Amino acid sequence: MRIKKKNSEVVGGDMTPMIDMTFQLIAFFMVLINFTQAEQDDRIVLPDSELAKPPDGPLDYPITLHLTKEGTVIIGGEEIPISGLQPYLSREANVLRIRGRPLSDATIIIRGHKDAPTGRVQELIKECQSSNFETFALRAKEDVGN
Amino acid sequence: MKVRNLSGNKSERVEIPMTPMIDIVFQLLVFFIMTFQIVAQEGDFNIRMPMAAMSEGPPPIDKLPPMVVRMQADSQGNLAQISLNQRPLGVSMQLLHDEIRQVIGDDRGPGSLQETAEVELDCDYHLRYEHVIEVITAVSGYLDGSGNIVRLVENIKFAPPRPAPSQ
Repeated sequence: MRIKKKNSEVVGGDMTPMIDMTFQLIAFFMVLINFTQAEQDDRIVLPDSELAKPPDGPLDYPITLHLTKEGTVIIGGEEIPISGLQPYLSREANVLRIRGRPLSDATIIIRGHKDAPTGRVQELIKECQSSNFETFALRAKEDVGN
Repeated sequence: MKVRNLSGNKSERVEIPMTPMIDIVFQLLVFFIMTFQIVAQEGDFNIRMPMAAMSEGPPPIDKLPPMVVRMQADSQGNLAQISLNQRPLGVSMQLLHDEIRQVIGDDRGPGSLQETAEVELDCDYHLRYEHVIEVITAVSGYLDGSGNIVRLVENIKFAPPRPAPSQ
């Protein structure tokens, strides 16, 4: 008697919808990922403001200073007192001079903790002024609560 | 003449190995999920304070003197009193905003009061910084019905700092 050979077919699920979905998820996360986290710091909780909208374009020459609740400054990942800021500011000023640009092109972005004493913010501004920086930006978080 | 099938199979399907691609795709997905953070947008309030302005003499006659917003703090650093040109307004930001809005009016454009007006913030040393941002928000503008920012005072500066309270 002749035995009929059984058809041994591999049963495979249809992967196409899963791959489609996965690619869509990747596209979603890629679009929303925010690489500007580098200039933020977890120790700083910014004050809220409903008028704090992101600027239309990038700033010309931003220098970001983080002011902690205790009144110290974080610059380049290093925590220093306000009085020890001069060498850093001089270095930034030198970079601008080498590039042949005036100091007024630079914007000092102050990311102050919401509970920091205002006097400390003013001391920080004064310290920057003594290095001839004159344009400041007080950073706040957009208030989306209401 | 009989033509032989060289391959020996009738209809062989060319299978592309999908497993490495799916592995990589899932690794990418995990990377993006792990690094994803929902962060609120940030914005800036611009303040222009050249050193020379601190020591300059009386302002020009044709220029309005700055509106001085005095902010007093209690011992905890909370806002205790706001005064606009020495007129006490309590701690109401809305009252301050209404006063500024009344002064500035609806006139916009070059040479308008909105463009030339200036606010000077005179704050106690230990006042918490968030109150300063609240005041700056109140004087610098408001959101209209469609969510657009209507600017009021754009020239904001700090008065010379007050001395730190003795411990």
